[in-house]
Amino acid sequence: MFILKYILRNLFRHRLRSILTVVGVAVAVLAFGLLRTLVGLWYSGAEHASDTRLVTRNAISLVFPLPISYLERIRGVSGVTTVSYGSWFGAYYKEPKNFFANYAIEPKGYMELYPEFILSPKEKNDFLLDRKGCIVGERLARTYGWKVGDLITLKGTIYPGQWEFVLRGIYHGKEKATEERILLFHWNYLNETMRQTVPRRADQVGYFIVGVKKPELAPDVALAIDSLFKNSLAETLTETEKAFHMSFVSMTEAIMIAIQIVSYMVIAIIMVVAANTMAMTARERIGEYATLKTLGFKGGHLAGLIFGESVAISFLGGVLGVVATFPAASWIETELAQFFPYFSVSSETLLLELLAALSVGVVSGIFPTWRGATIRIADGLKRIG
Amino acid sequence: MAEASEPIVRIRNLSKAYRRGAQIIPVLTGINFDIARGEFVALMGPSGSGKSTLLNLIAGIDSADEGSIQVADVEITTLGESDLASWRAGSVGFIFQFYNLIPVLTAFENVELPLLLTHLNRRERREHVEAVLDVVGLADRMDHYPSQLSGGQQQRVAIARAIVTDPEILVADEPTGDLDRVSAEEILQLMDRLVREFGKTVVMVTHDPRAAEKAHIIRHLEKGELSVT
Ligand SMILES: Nc1ncnc2c1ncn2[C@@H]1O[C@H](COP(=O)(O)OP(=O)(O)OP(=O)(O)O)[C@@H](O)[C@H]1O
Ligand SMILES: [Mg+2]
Repeated sequence: MFILKYILRNLFRHRLRSILTVVGVAVAVLAFGLLRTLVGLWYSGAEHASDTRLVTRNAISLVFPLPISYLERIRGVSGVTTVSYGSWFGAYYKEPKNFFANYAIEPKGYMELYPEFILSPKEKNDFLLDRKGCIVGERLARTYGWKVGDLITLKGTIYPGQWEFVLRGIYHGKEKATEERILLFHWNYLNETMRQTVPRRADQVGYFIVGVKKPELAPDVALAIDSLFKNSLAETLTETEKAFHMSFVSMTEAIMIAIQIVSYMVIAIIMVVAANTMAMTARERIGEYATLKTLGFKGGHLAGLIFGESVAISFLGGVLGVVATFPAASWIETELAQFFPYFSVSSETLLLELLAALSVGVVSGIFPTWRGATIRIADGLKRIG
Repeated sequence: MAEASEPIVRIRNLSKAYRRGAQIIPVLTGINFDIARGEFVALMGPSGSGKSTLLNLIAGIDSADEGSIQVADVEITTLGESDLASWRAGSVGFIFQFYNLIPVLTAFENVELPLLLTHLNRRERREHVEAVLDVVGLADRMDHYPSQLSGGQQQRVAIARAIVTDPEILVADEPTGDLDRVSAEEILQLMDRLVREFGKTVVMVTHDPRAAEKAHIIRHLEKGELSVT
C-alpha cells in the first residue's frame, strides 16, 4: 500500500519528465503496433486469396499482354469451370491523386468467379446489359459520393483519353478483407475503342482468371494451361491467386522485413531512452534510498519502489499507446484508403503493444533497481547536502 | 554512574580503513569506547578525523575491519545485512545534518515510515506518530510537506521519526550544522529533553562548541584515536 502511494507521488515529482517518458513509450508502442499491422496486411492479401482461382498471365512479365484467342483453348482444359479475363486499366478520377484499382473485365464470368463481390440481382443485370456500364465497391462509392446512375469520367493513362461510364451497381464485400475500392467495366468497351483507335492494341488481355473444380486440381490445370502455349509467341505463367499475390509480396519482401526490423528498433530506442531517464531519476534519489535503508528498509523494498515506478511509467505509456491505436487505425483507413482498404489492428497486436511497453519498463528498471537496492548506505548518505 | 550500570555501547579495539586503489587510509585505529545508558555524548574533532565513520559504525550502517561493537548486548559487527537492517529499525534512531526527509511525503508520513516495518496497525501507527509529533511540538504541521517547513521544523520532524519506534539510542551527525542559532538551540534543547525525560542515550557529532556544551561528555577524535576532555 505504502509502496504504491510512494510510487504514485514519485511519478508526479518531475511531472514533465514523467509525462515525456509516458508519451515517448506511447508513441513507440503506437508505431510498433501500426508497423506490425501494416506488415500483417501486406501478407493478408495472399492469405485471403481463393485457391480455386488461377491467374494466367504472360510468362515474361505482368506488363505484357496475352491474345484473347487463348480463351477458348483455356476453356477446353479439363478441370476448368469458368474462364474470365481482364486488363489493368490504370485510369484516375479527375486528378492523379484520386487513384484506385480499375479493370476492364469480361463481366459474366468475372461475377461467377468472384462471389465475394455481392451485388443485387437487378444491379448485376443492369451492369451486364450496359456496354458502358461499370460497378464499384462500396468504399470507393462512398469516397467520391457516387450513386447508381451517375456518369463517371475517368482519365486514362495506359489507354489515353476521357473514358465515360455509367454506374450500374455498387457491390459490397462478403468479408472485411474483400477489396471494396475497385472499379470494373466491360472489356468489350475498351477493346472496341482500341480497334477503332489503336488496332495493334486490340484483342489483348492482361490476364485470364480460371476457375477450377477443386483446389486439388489447381496445380495440374496450371501445368496443362502453360503447356498449351509452350513455344508460342506469348508463353503463359499460370499460378493460384495466392501464388500470384505472393509474387507481388515477394517483390517487396525486403521492404517488409525492413519495416519489421524498424518496428523492433523503435521499441529498442525507447528502451534506451527510458532506461536513461530511470537511471537519472534513481541517481537523484540515491540519498533518499540510503535514508530509507538507514531506517531499516531492505533491498527488496527499494527494488519494489524503483522497479515499480519504471514499470508504472511504461505501462501507462503502453495503455496510452494501445488506446491511441484505435483512432490512428481508423484515420489510416479513411485517409490512406487507397493503400489500405481496411486497417484493423488485431487483438494479438494490441497485446504485443502492451508486452512491448512492459518490457520497456522491466529493462529500463533493471539497472536503477540494482543500483538502488545495493547502494552502500554510508556512500548514499554522502550524496545529500 | 557509568560504573553503576552496564554500558549500552561497548566498543573494543575498533579499526576501520578506506582503500583508494592501492592506497590504504586508516581512519580509526583500535578505538575503545563505552557509553552508559542515558548518556548524552558529544563527539568532536577536526574534519576528516573519522567522526561520521565512528557514528555510522555504532549505528550499524557501515562495517568495521576489526574489533567489536556491542549495542544493548547485541554484537552488531557479526550481523548480516538483513539482520542488521531489522536491528536498525528497532534499536537506533538517526538524526542527520540535512534532515533527510522524503520530500514527497508529509511530516506525518515521514514519521510513520519506520512504523511501516513493524506489526502495528493503521490506528496504532497514527497514535504513535501523533504522540511523537506532539513531543517535538509539530502536531499542527502533520500534513505539511518538508518544503513547507523551516529547517528547524524539518529537523524536529526528523527527530520525531528517529524516536517513533522508541529506540534506546539516538545517533546524530551534526544535527545543528545546517541551522541558525535559534533553531539550533531549540534542537539541542529537544535532544536534552529526550535524554532527561525519556531516558534516551544520545551520541552526537558536532563542530559547534556551544552544541557540545549541552552534552554530558565530550570526546575528541584525532588521528584515529579518542581522547577525553
Ligand atoms: N567511502 C570512502 N572512501 C574513501 N575514503 C573515505 C570514504 N569515506 C570517508 N573517507 C575518508 O575517511 C576519513 C574520515 O571521514 P569521515 O567522514 O568519518 O570524517 P568526519 O570526521 O566526519 O569529517 P567531517 O567533520 O568533515 O564530517 C576522511 O579522510 C575521508 O576522506
Ligand atoms: Mg562527518
